Amino acid sequence: MINKVIGVSGNMVSVEYTGEATMNEVCYIITGDKKLKSEVIRVKGNVADLQVFEMTSGISVGDTVEFSGDLLSVQLGPGLLGQVYDGLQNPLPELAEQCGFFLERGVYMAALDDEKEWEFNPTVEVGARLEAGEQIGFVKEGLFNHWIMVPFQLEGVLTIESIKEEGKYSLNDVLAEARDEKGNLHQLSMVFNWPVKRAIKTYAERLKPEETLITKLRIIDTFIPVAKGGTYCIPGPFGAGKTVLQQITSRYADADIIIIAACGERAGEVVETLKEFPELIDPKTGRSLMERTIIICNTSSMPVAAREASVYTAVTMAEYYRQMGLNVLLLADSTSRWAQAMREMSGRLEEIPGEEAFPAYLESLIAAFYERAGIVRLKSGDTGSVTIGGTVSPAGGNFEEPVTQATLKVVGAFHGLSQQRADARKYPAIHPLESWSKYEGIIDQQKTEYGRSVLFKGDEVGQMMKVVGEEGTSLDDYIIYLKSEFLDYVYIQQNSFDPVDAAVEPERQQHIYDIIIDILTARLDFDGKEEARSWFNRVRQNFLDYNGKKWNSDEFNDLEKTISELLDDKKIGVEADAESLWAGESRRG
Amino acid sequence: MQKVYSKIESISGNVITVKAAGVRYKELAVVGSRYGSSLAEVIRLKGDEVALQVFNGGRGVSTGDEVRFMGEPMKVSFSPNLLGRIFDGSGRPRDGGPELADTMVEIGGPSVNPAKRIIPRNMVRTGIPMIDVFNSLVESQKLPIFSVSGEPYNELLARIALQAEVDIIILGGMGLKYDDYLFFKDTLEKGGVMSRTVFFVHTASDPVVESLLVPDIALAVAEKFAIQDKRVLVLLTDMTNFADAMKEISITMEQVPSNRGYPGDLYTQLASRYEKAVDFEGSGSITILGVTTMPGDDVTHPVPDNTGYITEGQFYLRNGRIEPFGSLSRLKQLVNGDTRDDHRAIMDGMIKLYAAYKESLEKKSMGFKMSGWDEKLLTYGQLFEQEMMDLSVNIPLEDALDKGWEILGGCFEPEETGLRSDLIEKYYSSKV
Repeated sequence: MINKVIGVSGNMVSVEYTGEATMNEVCYIITGDKKLKSEVIRVKGNVADLQVFEMTSGISVGDTVEFSGDLLSVQLGPGLLGQVYDGLQNPLPELAEQCGFFLERGVYMAALDDEKEWEFNPTVEVGARLEAGEQIGFVKEGLFNHWIMVPFQLEGVLTIESIKEEGKYSLNDVLAEARDEKGNLHQLSMVFNWPVKRAIKTYAERLKPEETLITKLRIIDTFIPVAKGGTYCIPGPFGAGKTVLQQITSRYADADIIIIAACGERAGEVVETLKEFPELIDPKTGRSLMERTIIICNTSSMPVAAREASVYTAVTMAEYYRQMGLNVLLLADSTSRWAQAMREMSGRLEEIPGEEAFPAYLESLIAAFYERAGIVRLKSGDTGSVTIGGTVSPAGGNFEEPVTQATLKVVGAFHGLSQQRADARKYPAIHPLESWSKYEGIIDQQKTEYGRSVLFKGDEVGQMMKVVGEEGTSLDDYIIYLKSEFLDYVYIQQNSFDPVDAAVEPERQQHIYDIIIDILTARLDFDGKEEARSWFNRVRQNFLDYNGKKWNSDEFNDLEKTISELLDDKKIGVEADAESLWAGESRRG
Repeated sequence: MQKVYSKIESISGNVITVKAAGVRYKELAVVGSRYGSSLAEVIRLKGDEVALQVFNGGRGVSTGDEVRFMGEPMKVSFSPNLLGRIFDGSGRPRDGGPELADTMVEIGGPSVNPAKRIIPRNMVRTGIPMIDVFNSLVESQKLPIFSVSGEPYNELLARIALQAEVDIIILGGMGLKYDDYLFFKDTLEKGGVMSRTVFFVHTASDPVVESLLVPDIALAVAEKFAIQDKRVLVLLTDMTNFADAMKEISITMEQVPSNRGYPGDLYTQLASRYEKAVDFEGSGSITILGVTTMPGDDVTHPVPDNTGYITEGQFYLRNGRIEPFGSLSRLKQLVNGDTRDDHRAIMDGMIKLYAAYKESLEKKSMGFKMSGWDEKLLTYGQLFEQEMMDLSVNIPLEDALDKGWEILGGCFEPEETGLRSDLIEKYYSSKV
């Protein structure tokens, strides 16, 4: 069987083949002494179009192509955690050892160390009847019990015919033998491959995302929460802090495993994560953050086709760990670069372009990607989840563009970053009024709604004041304006450089939000705007200090007392529109 | 063996096609026409049909011209002999000196393994307070200067080239006006840095396509110097011309355009150049400063927009000054903590006051009454613009910080500065 290159255009190569070609099949183009990995993305007659995961220079018409027969897959097994991979699951540190500073093309390395031995603990016995995705035992991988499962592609019920005893085994050792319904015997080891573009569905059922995924960012947890198993997106113009927000989330979010897909963004930012994470200690476990993290890194200067694959590689690993009953958070930065990779390929394929030359199937691919998130009940009864948070980099900062719009249709929460807020150094620069979430947060919705309404009204007064000046604004309006500014300053903004303020536990959020609601709903007695402003300045200053103090420390309690005294001094009742908020609750202060 | 073909099938814009066999993608060829020979690069293979972009342009190319394939991709000579030399966009000498052919290196090579990068930690001092104090340039940073035609961006680049603490300077000019080219040459010669400078200059009168090679050549050379432990500063002006050249080729190739006619891979193309900025673990570094002129002063234009997503901040050059608002060096936090204890405070404090000055100025222009505080701010703002923002100010960082205190002392009471008390005690002296 001879397959020959008949055309090259950018990273697309056309091949005349004999025999069979499968969509998404992996092929190798043999050029000189290099074998370049590529994937079938279109078949037409006896011509297959391949996207090449490497630079295509040097390929010549007539070069031989090998069809592997396998779909583009990742290797799943113990040892994934703590790794830094490129979009095709090549371990980058190992590549660096072999090739030095540069990413030589055509060098592919094993994703997992097949010599390392793992302590295997069987959990089933001979005769057990299992389906794909069910556990036969586990090994200890860092903090977790890494389940050894029946490979996901096996069909029907399998009967275990033999299983190894507890002991040390390496990756490819046969641990068990299982016979399927057709009588075929399968050998099971710790590792198997799974095609990245197919979702893993070996769970019992999908559940509704209800539990809040704590990010320890006040604006998110309180106003625009994310649920375990949910999806959210962060669109924003350049310089608004998308990546920083993702970095902070990757540090503090309450998930078992974090998978970072650095897709087509700056290498420098990945390097920060790469070098800092091993040093950072997770307060929850006392272990390095790297032990719960996988980084898939296909930065902007790495080949574009591998960028397209990288988000799928990441989500496949996320689904794999979900299958062990773990909560996984996948952070993809940025999905626009992934969409652009598809646009580049679509252009090369000379498909009829959609809006802004993105392919017509853009929306369905984005939807399919986010739909791989979800909280599921496994056949064992455990639950596991994959939460996906993707940044979007809209051209010109304009949210009307196709990628943002397609994403907004399918996600459960929208954290829109605003240039104005970033320019004013207000971090996180998430716009509190434009952003939304369909999930439930950690604070009673009535109270958050009230906070939002203050922000909304304050914003209106602020707009008006720009026209009529402070003099033309009534005292009542001015107080609303000050209240909204206050809420923004002390609650919505958060100082990520302050060790205490950087990550706020949910109890603390609930506690301080109650104080804030107290202030927001209070009818306050001021003689004039001057007095009102200076009072709010004083409360704000105290509150900022308060935010920087350790939870329940003496200083914390003292400041809380100061704030409540300041409030008592001026409070003469409750705003009429807030009466219902306190109904049924013992009134504070 | 070199293969020669003498039948050109089609000529369209700067792209020609020939029927040829055994040709490799991205291979170089020489097209000999009666107006002189030109390099050309293979940009598409389709059966036996080979499309080439001709760097000197398609003008004057005849169907009977000879196309000679070289069997290898574009390469540039790399040796210390490059220093002090001036080349054109294709790497041929522009200064009348000898052609260099020793140790040819491939251009547009593979990207650096992220695992081999390090977190940048050295500041590149430039003597320009708006950069050193307010938005420090960091070794291995990639930073564009967003500007509009007519602004002195080339003067700014030349000054940075003269004063930056680096070992090697590489200037890549794309569509550079001939006057500007001469200006760079004169300034760097007079400044005595020519001996550690290499020029790759494509001028506005050269064929447009030739500018496509400039960043790749400049960066390939930079990369080689950097892995020899050299700190290299690459100056690219103007990247918008580079993007426009790309647009021209992709339209000729009948590729589907994405935004305003630019090809869909504009981001990738720009990123693969800017991402060459790197600090090698245990070796040298490449810092990139590029000029991006914004057509119509519109930052949402595809070129500045995509650039902004790639680079680590940006400088806005407006009215001959680096704007304090909008300009940002994302890496400055990595270096400005250990310069002098008042560096960050001065950086934030002076900008906040300058922002307040802008508000007062606006109020004044709308006819509102000026308070005593407003008057102070107005004095401050003017001083700040004259003594800090003006591009002619040329002082080291420490002097600039002292200057900052001098301005603050001349305008405000200590508590009005909004700075920390311990710093005020140490540095503030009143001259009100």
